[in-house]
Amino acid sequence: MDSLHHVLAPFGPQAGHVHALWMLTLAVCGLVFAAVLAALLIALMRAGRGNAQSAPDLSTVGRPEPGRRHAVAAALAASTLLLLVLIAASIFTDRALARMSTDGALRLEVTAHQWWWEVRYVEPQVADSFITANEIHVPTGRPVIVTLKADDVIHSFWVPSLAGKKDLIPGRTTTMNFRADREGVYRGQCAEFCGSQHALMAFFVVADAPERYQAWAAAQRSPAPEPPPGPPLRGREIFMRSSCAMCHAIDGTPAQAVRGPNLTHMASRGTLAAGSLSNTPDDLKRWIADPQQIKPGTYMPATQLSSEDMDALVGYLQTLR
Amino acid sequence: MDQPRHAPASRLKDGPGPGSREAAALDATWRDPPGVMGWLSAVNHKAIARRFIVTTFGFFVAGGLLAFVMRLQLARPGSTLVGPDLYNQLFTMHGSTMMFLFAVPVMQAVTIYLLPLMLGTRSVAFPRLNAFAYWIFLFGGLMLYVVFFLGAGPDVGWFSYVPLAGPDFSPGKRTDFWAQMITFTELSALVEAIVVITTVFKLRAPGMTLNRIPLFAWAMLVTAFMILFAMPSVMLASTTLITDRLVGTHFYNPAEGGDAVLWQHLFWFFGHPEVYLIFLPGLGFISAIIPTFARRPMFGYTAMVLALIATAFLAFGLWVHHMFAVNLPELGKSFFTAASMLIAIPSAVQIFCWIATLWSGRLDFKTPLLFVLGFFFILVLGGMTGIMLASVPLDLQVHDSYFVVAHLHYVLIGGAVFPLFGAFYYWYPKVTGRLMSERLGRWNFWLFFIGFNVAFFPMHLLGLRGMPRRVYTYQAGLGWDTLNLVATVGAVVIAVSVLLFMVNAVRSLRRGAMAGANPWGAGTLEWATESPPPPCNFHAIPVVHGREPLWEAPRAEAQRSSPAFTHVGGLAADTRELLATTVLDARPDLRVNFPDPTIWPFVSAVAVTGLFIGSVFTPWAVVWGSIPIAIALTAWFWPRRSETAVHLSLERKP
Ligand code: HEM
Ligand SMILES: [Cu+2]
Repeated sequence: MDSLHHVLAPFGPQAGHVHALWMLTLAVCGLVFAAVLAALLIALMRAGRGNAQSAPDLSTVGRPEPGRRHAVAAALAASTLLLLVLIAASIFTDRALARMSTDGALRLEVTAHQWWWEVRYVEPQVADSFITANEIHVPTGRPVIVTLKADDVIHSFWVPSLAGKKDLIPGRTTTMNFRADREGVYRGQCAEFCGSQHALMAFFVVADAPERYQAWAAAQRSPAPEPPPGPPLRGREIFMRSSCAMCHAIDGTPAQAVRGPNLTHMASRGTLAAGSLSNTPDDLKRWIADPQQIKPGTYMPATQLSSEDMDALVGYLQTLR
Repeated sequence: MDQPRHAPASRLKDGPGPGSREAAALDATWRDPPGVMGWLSAVNHKAIARRFIVTTFGFFVAGGLLAFVMRLQLARPGSTLVGPDLYNQLFTMHGSTMMFLFAVPVMQAVTIYLLPLMLGTRSVAFPRLNAFAYWIFLFGGLMLYVVFFLGAGPDVGWFSYVPLAGPDFSPGKRTDFWAQMITFTELSALVEAIVVITTVFKLRAPGMTLNRIPLFAWAMLVTAFMILFAMPSVMLASTTLITDRLVGTHFYNPAEGGDAVLWQHLFWFFGHPEVYLIFLPGLGFISAIIPTFARRPMFGYTAMVLALIATAFLAFGLWVHHMFAVNLPELGKSFFTAASMLIAIPSAVQIFCWIATLWSGRLDFKTPLLFVLGFFFILVLGGMTGIMLASVPLDLQVHDSYFVVAHLHYVLIGGAVFPLFGAFYYWYPKVTGRLMSERLGRWNFWLFFIGFNVAFFPMHLLGLRGMPRRVYTYQAGLGWDTLNLVATVGAVVIAVSVLLFMVNAVRSLRRGAMAGANPWGAGTLEWATESPPPPCNFHAIPVVHGREPLWEAPRAEAQRSSPAFTHVGGLAADTRELLATTVLDARPDLRVNFPDPTIWPFVSAVAVTGLFIGSVFTPWAVVWGSIPIAIALTAWFWPRRSETAVHLSLERKP
């Protein structure tokens, strides 16, 4: 997926505030760094040259050096002042982020698993709620409140272009919010080391215009369509009688397990296995045949199928739009 | 012009001259016994320290090799050089090695060598305990590497966050061995801290009042106190982790009323000060090197000492900045932001004082000074990124990304490894009697400096571009490919420079120019004795008249009408007698008899290791394992009739 993944490319007010603070901090720190190095260089150039044989200069022992002392005190005062400025700026930014309006926010509940993301859209009407995985769609311009939970170990939710990160901790619930102001796909990735496949635990935030988002949400709410007769229908049978159904759910079918991602609309997602593969029939086949090859350590076992069965299964999965 | 490097040295050495009968007797008294048994029972601080330094440097090389493999793996996207299993072990072993088996121990090892020489005494306090600390450390470190080579290296990070490190998500013995290694090495660190504190407080040469202690010794004293407060926290954490894993307690299991964040508090309450434990000794090295090569005493001695102490205090108040991404109360976060930023001030004091010293010095650009200058560039940059990380909103963006990897290496390599390399070049002659090659030293420095920046600077950008840390691979097309490749090239250059250093160190053992007592014309006491020093360090204990005794001794004498004392007489030559002085003004206080070499610290260490390794497999090892330990300790402390007789006779004729 073509996506943005950059702290310095903010596309929402949260990341934007931080970006402004970053620019200020970078300027101040850059200045101080340059000043200190300049002082050091001047010192090196104006100091005399000596060697092990030259007598040490003891003229300063027991005698204060007022000039030098004032210079050091002044440098210190200046650095303290600059630090106070940075502390203040940081605290103001923090407050600004905390005060950000969340009126009419979209509510999401993200649960991190080793090594994928479960996303629940929490609507006032229970019937309107739905679950997807590894891909979050949001309307532009509307605040999003994300409730964060962890199923197993600590993970961390981070979409650099939209907002800072927040940990997901077993036994605790945390929240964060963000708003995407421009349409686009923003990449996120787990930031806290969470075991074997921490590296391949990405996700995407797709920001759409509100109407398109509504259409998408409506589609997600509906159960999986009945596959057309032929190979897809046979694919569904294969899914139900092999191990797939022991871990995955497909709404509107008997498969209701929750160990792996919900596959009800998996064909509409851009990637497979938390961003590890693009969602094409070929990659899907490779994944099902041997997930360990692609994501060693993942909890999904390999599934041996004849090539017709595999085609049928993948044909079925392709219908899950 | 008279040669200051000889005049004061000989003045401070007018006790029994080299070659005299008393000198020979002293050497024999303080020498460790020969043979394998003698080697195992050595207690001379220089012998222990030499082993300690070589061991810790060995761990540095091992940790570096692991990192090198990691960098090779990350050079290209989607590389299959090592899989996630091995990679996770690599970064865990790398972190654990560098933090627990290299950075703090190497500083302690160097200190154990230098401290008695700098303070003008014949031994560290508690020499047997010192030997014990070394053995414990060695066995703990070896244990970790042995299990790694047996394929059971820990793989949940050097920070071992629960629940990932808990019984449910990392079964097997990996994390248990890791936790025991922590307890081992921190035990060693605690013991060494006690040794250092006692040595600095009680064994200084007469006249070395509190405001004449070399800044390096101050740095190590402050560090030792920090160790006393920080290490118990992580030992508590590693012990509760292992009981969670082996005995079924639930300290960290939220399902049973435990708390996963508790681990983080305990760990970072140690882990943050740990950074300063590594950094303060580095500052001590700098404060020793700069005056010598600027040919003037340090500017702002008192300010430097106060800054060290302030850093130590503040360091305990900001562990939470490692946990900003955990949901924490607002006000608390503002407090920790302020504390984390303000710790820059004492560091600034030190930096400004060094610059002021250089400003009016007469500089001698030898390799040690080069490393100090490299330190300036790197540490100040690392300090700036530290300020960025201290800010909650910025941290929430860059925390756990490669930006942090860059920052922490700038601070640790800039703040500790560069000064340490400077220190190696500076004190090498004091250990071996020969100088290291300047030419190779320059190559070593420039390759290290350039390689370091090439390797780590791009990581700042990688972090800003969203690359999380601790990933064994990444996908192409995220804008990370080139930067990672560049970083790997930098790592190759660093490897070459460290190799050059080793070549230089080994070659100079035989080929280096003879150093003499004081090759750099330095002012502190360790340069008053031969290089390498005799077993007793000083044939006559010097009396100190200033902060730079070798520079100031003649002056102090000239100011007095009667000749000032230059050395202490009257210590016995045929038994290990030492002069203890008062804490504040270093007046002669007591004559103490030091224990002889003995095998029991070694045996005790073996027994302790047995208990710890056994306890990874069965809790009963704690019960049965304590029996050999009790036996060994009893033998260790059993008074010997001959020693008692000597002590009594000394008491009778003072
Ligand atoms: C042949 C039957 C199966 C099929 C067709 C299948 C399909 C898939 C697909 C398409 C994904 C990617 C989902 C996404 O990225 O949104 C996935 C991931 C996953 N599956 Fe399965 N699966 C099967 C069997 C299983 C079984 C038996 C388990 C449990 C033991 C399982 C556990 C998982 C897990 C944990 C993931 C997330 C992997 C990760 O990203 O690390 N799957 N599966
Ligand atoms: Cu994760």
